[in-house]
Amino acid sequence: MDILVVLEDKNGRIHRMSLEAIAGAQQIGSECGLSIGILAFGKNASALGEQAKQYDVEEVLTLENEHLNDYTADGYADAVANVITSENPTYIFFGHTYQIRDYAPRVSAKLKRPFLNDVVSYKNESGKPVFSKQAFNAKLIAELNPNSDGHILISFQSASFSSDNIQSGSASLRSISIEIDASAIKTVPEDPFQEAAGGVDLSSAELIVSIGRGIGKEENIPLVQELANVMGAEIASSRPVVDSGWLPAHHQVGSSGQTVAPKLYLALGISGAIQHVVGMKGSKNIIVINKDPDAPLFELADYGVVGDVLEIIPKLTKALQ
Amino acid sequence: MNICVLIKQVPGSEAQFNVSGDGSWIQETELPYEMNESDNYALEEALQIREQKGAGEVVIVSLGPDRCQKVIREALAKGADRAIHINADAPYNTDPYSIASALANAVKDERFDLVLSGLQSDDLGFGQTGVILGEMLGMTTATLVVGTEVQEGKIKVKRELEAGWFQWQTMDLPASLAIQSGLNTPRYPSLKGIMTAKKKEIKKLNFVDICNVDELQSFAGLSVQHAEKQTEMIEGNIDQIVNRLVDVFKNEIRIN
Repeated sequence: MDILVVLEDKNGRIHRMSLEAIAGAQQIGSECGLSIGILAFGKNASALGEQAKQYDVEEVLTLENEHLNDYTADGYADAVANVITSENPTYIFFGHTYQIRDYAPRVSAKLKRPFLNDVVSYKNESGKPVFSKQAFNAKLIAELNPNSDGHILISFQSASFSSDNIQSGSASLRSISIEIDASAIKTVPEDPFQEAAGGVDLSSAELIVSIGRGIGKEENIPLVQELANVMGAEIASSRPVVDSGWLPAHHQVGSSGQTVAPKLYLALGISGAIQHVVGMKGSKNIIVINKDPDAPLFELADYGVVGDVLEIIPKLTKALQ
Repeated sequence: MNICVLIKQVPGSEAQFNVSGDGSWIQETELPYEMNESDNYALEEALQIREQKGAGEVVIVSLGPDRCQKVIREALAKGADRAIHINADAPYNTDPYSIASALANAVKDERFDLVLSGLQSDDLGFGQTGVILGEMLGMTTATLVVGTEVQEGKIKVKRELEAGWFQWQTMDLPASLAIQSGLNTPRYPSLKGIMTAKKKEIKKLNFVDICNVDELQSFAGLSVQHAEKQTEMIEGNIDQIVNRLVDVFKNEIRIN
């Protein structure tokens, strides 16, 4: 295979960003004439493998090993490096998830092969894919030039490709095994837990309703919550909303909060300071509603409304019910 | 407990960038520089761990041109004991692997128990250097660290997962931890700290002398992000605006 997509397990399902990586592999594979394999590993390898074989790829590899049941950076880096060495793909694709950030640099160091991470775009240069990432506070874009002919690791930022575009097919399944040196695993993980009720998965949210200072006061938050409920969206905010104590810190998007790239980012009363923009400019569709026509965020908007958010929100909620 | 903190000087978030004529690098003159945000939290965590343990050194390692002395002095003023400055001139190497290899050579005789770095730099944003350095030095590694508890021969760290989830893990020392912003409240340097920082040792090395590997990747071209989008301004009375928004949701963005 030319491209190996490494899946991440999210409670027995394929992580949303791994699906996007499969969509990316299919697009790049068809444009550059590259064959695709998928690797499912960990305790849910067979469930992920069953899901993955329904996609249009050459084959799906499943790897089960008792030392991979729980995530550890030591164990996962060792396993993926092993599989790359034995399967010899030219490119290894990942979603740019928190887990990948944690262990993929170690795979790169073990294999002495480049890890082009947080990639946001790709172009086909005479059959050779060229990848780019954002740099300098997301104000510039940089092409990345790998100094390697193969085993090039690439992780894609959320929404670089759309999982809506995955092509169905029927792939063959192949079970593989590797030796893992248990003594090299020097990390003992405990069970994951949620800090506060209603933790927010902003990084993988499809729809985000985000509020800024323009929402006026804390008492207006329930209006926004109703709109988000009707849309099936997560609520996010700019920093001033968190600093004022209107929402907990984990809702914050921007340089000191989360980076998001949803299908829709509906910005309500957010002016668009750069610290906020760096966290949301990768969103596929941006709608900005602000009563200040000079709010800088309008420059990033696909759709803009100059108007009073407090007047528009309830009517929009009603219209969507 | 001897702790190494990797500190990087980066252009401030308000900086406006111009790309050099050949697209190979930015024009560096006139840019405002500051300590990378998450590195500041890493430094604070190191100082707090040292204060709890009551012994050991906090050593700053910074790579970059002469201007980096400013953030090195700032870190020393906050309480770090000494520093290693690896000099590299612009346009500098952007490859996390070769940077980590230079850092590994710079610290290989130091026997640090911990290497702390910020989660990622605001300029290049790879977020790989601390992890690769850990791998090269045979350390355990963890990223997105939002809490630490030093134990006998081990460290227990709290990691941020996605979706509002967290996880504690216990790791053997030595360990390299990439610190997430917000886990502590970074201190300001005291006047006394600023005065004593002037006398603290800064060891100088040259990147070209201590980097003995080839780059695994490089920036092939820099350009300004795409120009602003075509924005459709939705106008009319409130009902017309809401109707158009619903139409956009359903028929253009296609949300269900």
